[in-house]
Amino acid sequence: MYNAGKILFGLIIFFCISTFPFWYNAVSGKAAVAPELKLITKEKQCIESTPYMRSNHMELLVLWRDSVVREGNRVYVNSAGKQYTMSLQNTCMSCHSNKSEFCDRCHTYLAVEPDCWNCHIEPKEKT
Amino acid sequence: MDSGRRRFLKIAGISALGLGIKPVVDALEANGQPEELRSPKALVGQRWAMVVDLRKACPDNCTECIDACHRVHNVPDFGNPKDEVKWIWNQPFGDAFPGQEHEYLEESLRDRPTIVLCNHCDNPPCVRVCPTKATYKREDDGIVMMDYHRCIGCRFCMAACPFGARSLNWRDPRPFIKELNREFPTRTKGVVEKCTFCEERLANGLIPACVEACKEKVLVFGDLKDPRSEVRELLGSHYTIRRRPELGTLPQVYYIV
Repeated sequence: MYNAGKILFGLIIFFCISTFPFWYNAVSGKAAVAPELKLITKEKQCIESTPYMRSNHMELLVLWRDSVVREGNRVYVNSAGKQYTMSLQNTCMSCHSNKSEFCDRCHTYLAVEPDCWNCHIEPKEKT
Repeated sequence: MDSGRRRFLKIAGISALGLGIKPVVDALEANGQPEELRSPKALVGQRWAMVVDLRKACPDNCTECIDACHRVHNVPDFGNPKDEVKWIWNQPFGDAFPGQEHEYLEESLRDRPTIVLCNHCDNPPCVRVCPTKATYKREDDGIVMMDYHRCIGCRFCMAACPFGARSLNWRDPRPFIKELNREFPTRTKGVVEKCTFCEERLANGLIPACVEACKEKVLVFGDLKDPRSEVRELLGSHYTIRRRPELGTLPQVYYIV
């Protein structure tokens, strides 16, 4: 190999720069911490199980949206047979009333910007 | 060959058992399956329609129906006619029924504001032109619905509607809503909106807000396919006209004059 020393040196510099975010966070101890969610509600259980809601709430909301607007359904029967009104603004947010400490924390952490709130009204939060 | 027959019968038996088990397993599975249903409270009609009785006076320029509708549905008031968003509004008789007015029209009609709203046409031109199917006709009750989630704000529907029943939000409507109804969403910038015959209220067993608010009973709402409904009674006993019938959109808001 010609100029092995220079090439290897360059490769090492490249590796260091490309992995900068990882080792910088490890060294400085400022690694992003998973968001902590706060929820003020008397209910013990969301309409479906917590792991399901955590991973599928967006799909469920899309299903609700289409079912309500396009098919005129209003009642959701969950897997336990309990009935709920399908409404983001009136059903979901009645429990998840502290949006900034619940919805927003994860959404900000993951840099997702759901445009629900362009139209749907956020609950008033007690500060 | 004896063993061959035995084996065949054994396999056939097990297969039959397997086929028999499948529906049972399916039924057990379906038990825990979530589903979406209609509300049992919902008002059910096959063809919703409205009758506006123009013989009845609106005392002192009453706008209760308009106020009620715009309050319930978070309709913004931009305060200028260029940006105006409206679901139900007043028009002079001649504007509502072009060609029907004349110089010697009876005073009660000429001076009277005519209440107009989306006609929920049986042959809606707005639906035909919508490129995203954001507006569509509900086949089960005839309501011309708006799905604001799908609207891209192209305004084809506004061009197609001969009644001016559709308004675009040129600006963010939120700051222009006097009092938010927190149970109903607002719209956003770049979305077209219009009257939906209060489908969200019908689904909860309530009649449209404008009809409920009208103390003089100028507005009557009901199911055309029900021969005993109030609208059918009125239509059967009075001469009624519709807005611009020559266009063939088959409006479902009828006017008694």
